[in-house]
Amino acid sequence: MLTKRIIPCLDVKNGRTVKGVNFVNLRDAGDPVELAKRYSEEGADELVFLDISATEERRKTLADLVLKVAEAIDIPFTVGGGISSVEDVSILLQNGADKVAINSAAVKNPDLITELSTGFGSQCIVVAIDAKQVEGDWKVHLVGGKVPTELDLFHWAKEVERRGAGEILFTSMDHDGTKNGFANKALSILSELVNIPIIASGGAGTISHFTNIFVEGKADAALAASVFHFSKIKISTLKQTLSEQGIPVRI
Amino acid sequence: MKEEIVIIDYGAGNVKSLEFAFNRLGKEVMVTNNSTIIKNAEKVIFPGVGRAGSAMEKLKEASLHTLIPNLTQPVLGICLGMQLLCSKTEEDDVKGLGIFNVEVKRFTPEVKVPQMGWNTVSNVKSPLFKGILENSYMYLVHSYYAPVCKQTIASSEYGDVYSTALQNENFYGVQFHPEKSGKVGAQLLKNFIEL
Repeated sequence: MLTKRIIPCLDVKNGRTVKGVNFVNLRDAGDPVELAKRYSEEGADELVFLDISATEERRKTLADLVLKVAEAIDIPFTVGGGISSVEDVSILLQNGADKVAINSAAVKNPDLITELSTGFGSQCIVVAIDAKQVEGDWKVHLVGGKVPTELDLFHWAKEVERRGAGEILFTSMDHDGTKNGFANKALSILSELVNIPIIASGGAGTISHFTNIFVEGKADAALAASVFHFSKIKISTLKQTLSEQGIPVRI
Repeated sequence: MKEEIVIIDYGAGNVKSLEFAFNRLGKEVMVTNNSTIIKNAEKVIFPGVGRAGSAMEKLKEASLHTLIPNLTQPVLGICLGMQLLCSKTEEDDVKGLGIFNVEVKRFTPEVKVPQMGWNTVSNVKSPLFKGILENSYMYLVHSYYAPVCKQTIASSEYGDVYSTALQNENFYGVQFHPEKSGKVGAQLLKNFIEL
């Protein structure tokens, strides 16, 4: 049976991991390749690399990194951050990325989703949606939650699906960084509303948060960063516990 | 000179990860659309990502649609490559290469489409699965599937039970991505090399 996925997210800047990483036995905790291997060996089902560089050379640096990651690991990985064109996607896929995630570029130009899914196949196009509640309504936000839009989360998710996205990565900006649990209610609505897989992101703090996002939030995958980076939760322990609770995971 | 392992390059999806997977097994591979090199290779990998219609068009442009069914060495179709080896696919209503006698269908809306992630692979038979335990996990991402048929050598369940691997004589097909399926996937590629 298809299992629920656990996905560590690595923020990279100029080819290096940025968020503080507190791993023992790593020669170089700033090396995304080294970290990727480590997570893959620990049982991660997939990885997401989020590029937050803002330099002129960022495209080339990211493409080089993707090549190195593809060479080193044998599990799937997604690359996101600043991707805005067919050319961007083409080079990343050619270099071995399994999926790309687009966010702001999709909001600014929804046709890009259609173009990418037609050209490369839905299976490799992830649309990342950042949203938070504004007076009770979930509104899509850009630039890491800083810039609000008029778009309603659920309407946007429907459109993203209709345009051929293969997956949605939903981050609740209300929960991100809090370590108080995922946005279970919004996620369960989203998961029932669209018929493509949903990755839940934002709020992971304990193992029971993961249980809740799969049981109550009906998510297909859960993404987290700091709880894994700081070894607060070990992936092997997490998956063992989920399995004991009857949640299908790959062990 | 005879190539040991050749990956057919016809512009349908990236093959970098496959190349790297063989490199990790200590094998060099050649990526080519050259008919002579493909015909003379010891082992042939037929990959494929994207849509069936455009992939079949590209095969035809390179005249590979007539070459592939006549290959006599072990051939491994992966993902869309496996589906194109079937008799027909509902996707873009494409006629396949007819190696596997089964029609590829789209998953029904009772399940999320595409299926994305790790699923168990059961009822494994054939030397391709040597040393691979029943119910091992493989990574899959697909919207269309081949139902179970006489040529099924492994099955998975997603809505229905369907073929995750097929074999007809020297032709093998896997729906999952062995190059992305960790150690188990690597074992399968190793088995294919050793056929």
